[in-house]
Amino acid sequence: MAVSQLIGSRVQRREDPRLITGHGRYIEDRNPAGLLHLAVVRSPHAHARILSIDGSQAAALKGVLAVLVAKDFRAQLQGAMPVTPSFVPEKKYVPERFPIAEREVCFQGEPVAVVVAESRQLAADAADLVTVEYSPLPAVVDPEAALVARSPLTHSDGPDNIGWDMTFAGGDIEAAFARAEVRVTGRILQQRLAPTPMEPRGVLADYSTYDHTLTIWLSSQNPHFIRLFISGAMGLPESRVRVVSEDVGGGFGSKISPYPEDYLVPAASRLLGRPVRWIETRTESVLTSYHGRGQVFTAEAAALRDGTLLGLRLTQILDLGAYHGTFGAFQACACLMAGGVYRWEAVHARTVGVLTNKVPTDPYRGAGRPEGTHLCERMVDLVAQEIGMDPAEVRRKNFAREFPFVNNFGLTYDSGNYDGSLDRAMELVDYQGWRQRQEEARKEGRLIGIGLSTWVEICGFGPSEATAAATGGISLVEAAQIRFLPSGSVAAYVGTHSHGQGHDTTFAQIVADTLGLPLDMVELRHGDTAEGPSFGYGTYGSRSLSVGGMALHKAALVVREKAKRLAAHMLEVSAEDLVFEQGAFQVRGDPRAHKTIQEVALAAYGPGLPEGMEQGLEAVSYFDPPNFVWPFGAHICVAEVDRETGTTQILKYVAVDDCGNVINPMIVEGQLHGGIAQGMAQALFEEVAYDLDSGQLLTGSLTDYLIPTMNEIPELTLDRTVTPSPTNPLGVKGIGEAGTIASSAAVINAISDALSPLGIHHVDMPASPARIWKMIQEAES
Amino acid sequence: MIPAAFEYSRATSVADAVSQLRSGGPEAKVIAGGQSLLPMMRLRLAQPPHLVDVNHIRELDHITIKDGRLRVGGLTRHATLVTSDVVRANLPLLAEMASEVGDPQVRTRGTLGGVMAHADAAGDYPTIAVMLDATIVTDRREIPARDFFQHLFTTALEPDELVCEVVFPLATGPHRYLKFRRRLFDWAIVAVGVQLTDSGWRVGITHAAPTATRAHSVEEALRSGADFHEAARRAADGLHPSSDVHASSEYRLHLAEVLTRRALEQAA
Repeated sequence: MAVSQLIGSRVQRREDPRLITGHGRYIEDRNPAGLLHLAVVRSPHAHARILSIDGSQAAALKGVLAVLVAKDFRAQLQGAMPVTPSFVPEKKYVPERFPIAEREVCFQGEPVAVVVAESRQLAADAADLVTVEYSPLPAVVDPEAALVARSPLTHSDGPDNIGWDMTFAGGDIEAAFARAEVRVTGRILQQRLAPTPMEPRGVLADYSTYDHTLTIWLSSQNPHFIRLFISGAMGLPESRVRVVSEDVGGGFGSKISPYPEDYLVPAASRLLGRPVRWIETRTESVLTSYHGRGQVFTAEAAALRDGTLLGLRLTQILDLGAYHGTFGAFQACACLMAGGVYRWEAVHARTVGVLTNKVPTDPYRGAGRPEGTHLCERMVDLVAQEIGMDPAEVRRKNFAREFPFVNNFGLTYDSGNYDGSLDRAMELVDYQGWRQRQEEARKEGRLIGIGLSTWVEICGFGPSEATAAATGGISLVEAAQIRFLPSGSVAAYVGTHSHGQGHDTTFAQIVADTLGLPLDMVELRHGDTAEGPSFGYGTYGSRSLSVGGMALHKAALVVREKAKRLAAHMLEVSAEDLVFEQGAFQVRGDPRAHKTIQEVALAAYGPGLPEGMEQGLEAVSYFDPPNFVWPFGAHICVAEVDRETGTTQILKYVAVDDCGNVINPMIVEGQLHGGIAQGMAQALFEEVAYDLDSGQLLTGSLTDYLIPTMNEIPELTLDRTVTPSPTNPLGVKGIGEAGTIASSAAVINAISDALSPLGIHHVDMPASPARIWKMIQEAES
Repeated sequence: MIPAAFEYSRATSVADAVSQLRSGGPEAKVIAGGQSLLPMMRLRLAQPPHLVDVNHIRELDHITIKDGRLRVGGLTRHATLVTSDVVRANLPLLAEMASEVGDPQVRTRGTLGGVMAHADAAGDYPTIAVMLDATIVTDRREIPARDFFQHLFTTALEPDELVCEVVFPLATGPHRYLKFRRRLFDWAIVAVGVQLTDSGWRVGITHAAPTATRAHSVEEALRSGADFHEAARRAADGLHPSSDVHASSEYRLHLAEVLTRRALEQAA
């Protein structure tokens, strides 16, 4: 049986037939006997003192089992929700967070009570009957205003609103600015975004009062870490808790960290002795699922008139919300990546985390890297504008060209070819042609702009030394297990989690190729803490392939090596005389003498093994990458702004990306389509808006929070270059976040370029028609 | 997103629907396509104790020409208006407008009568009804469109009154409906409809006031010989649109002018 090379092939996603015909297994699909339903009573205020909670009317409804408040949970749950030390050691004020508010609510949507009832409808009705008396407190809404000395406090017992304040110093910034011939300044907003996965969050917990085990079905990207956190809070051995995240309908980062409901639902199940389920409504999703971005940057760049970049100085004001997100400090990596793909003499970045009376922010697709890229690419364009040089030329003049390249903060970019991707993108888009058409259009008063984004990201988290601090001691390596069953099929277990990434297909491609098997002989399993290796590290930060995929590859090689020793024993030759081809161990020079790996697998469970070899054919491997991986690329957007209405139309979008060697080109393209769309969504559509006085959410439904659809996203032209990573055996990098990291800058640079004849050089996001129209009005008056 | 409990009953005729509405009390609601009512119920912004389902009343689902007027039953779905040969031949602006309502799911379920009775400021059909002087026929009377729409979500309908059909004049001349919105399926931020009739241009504006408005001053300017550019400047006359997260009042007024000019240019 011939086995073709699967790595690099456009294998169709194996998971799709099940998912697109409605046979996915989501939290709401699971209905154990005796299931109870939980609804959460939430604060309508951004900031208020709780005076009293009266659940008697709700409790009196037939079919309502319990109305529970903070003090009921105090006996069930120990400690505060986790905040990881992360990359910002100088945390100043970390308010303690219990999953349910007791005396003070600090954001709209914070839980104050839960109702458990026999049906979801009844639970919702009963939740409406819980009467909570509040005494409103002044709300802190704008993060910059929160830093002013007389600002109200996010937590009335806090010292101030400063979550952290620290500066990363990379090089002699004063010297770099002293040589400057030009300086440009920028103020760049990163609006809050609501992740809004198709499947909202959901928790189903079943505590067995007989053997004191807890099973939690959870829509999560990160089941093992959740088990660690919840078992600790519930006072249970980690081994008695099982977290299962089967199909997860999207996460985008919002399902990495633990949420209040992840604690409240299991605690309610233990209290009531029955399985309990909570499903987030769409309203709750927009209001309470951790938001992304929420940052304000001020920056200054120094350069020479010939386009040489010298120094970059910036401050990131990061809107933390009412509590630190568990992994929220990760977003400060925008500072470490603010230099982008360029050689700067110095970069200084200050990051200030600010507490406000809003839902916490946490990683959202790209998490810090889109913000860093957006900032860097905007500043480079402002320099180009200032000195009258084509933005492509400024970029070329400053690209890092020697690899490994060490950036100003000591991070080592593994490999790159920034000229290669920019050249290809400019050729594909017809850059010179568009510059000409732009010139002609301007003569007619039309506003056409061309925007570049030459990007690099840090991903593949990560090396054990560098990441242990980010999680409080557990390094973000990855584990995998390969098991040959006696009849020759393989079960492969990974500690990553697939919720749209296509691992069931790509990871199986790696295993099948490494073991010489057809794809359907490999079963890929993830998401159940009761299976596979003892710990898994989840999926986020474009880490699954370059860390988890490598663990899987490694485990497959261990299994293959043992199989080879056994095959040599069976064929009575030495292992050195065997070659592995087409799924079989072949004796060199004797084509008839061979054993397929499946024959060897069966033999591995029988008698007569070589001296010292145990039965079975399975292995667990961990992969600890020596470095992060550093994908890069060049995106070019051509856009036209309707001068009368402010509407932006994208005329052409080209993306040339490089994620090293590609396992499955179709899946890479799919990730780019979605990723680019998500960055365009930030550039043009999405914005979580709050009333600046009351802290009330103004964009609480999907008619006001604008998620674009395929109608609003233009056709994309994709291509790639291939520059393998030297730090892992398959030469791969990540691609899950690349599109989002690159595209907001390309779109906004295009719009800013389009508007430059009017003297407008920077546009904030989302570049809505209303916002652009207003800017044009002001520029023309 | 979980509606409050409600009673449900299915009506078999117009008379039956009215009697069920009466017995359901003043807060009882008619459910047809449910494309506006159900989301409001799921958000608990509306908590009607009783829904009377009119989806099975066949007499409400018709499109006919009678006495030189187009008569469209209240239960007619948007998708039916889009594809109806009768509508396309006799009042193509209505078909164009229907094709711009929501997305395919909404157009398959939502109804003409539902849009009229709901009277959302951003509803599309109220605009054509007001600009062309359509008549809303209920179980008990005929109401001119200009009297029917009273305020935001407020019509001349009694609590137990049912929209049975809408009667439009025929118009086959140049026409255009331009809808400004962020996403293809969104409600209009502002929209403008124009139709050339035997008595001159008719111009209607969506979502620049609590109800659809007829732009009389634009029509007059055109009658007195103003060009499209000049006439469109009158589009904002007398309008005081509200501001929301999508658009300020000033922007809506500006859009009304731009869309009026463009609609006239594109229609002609």
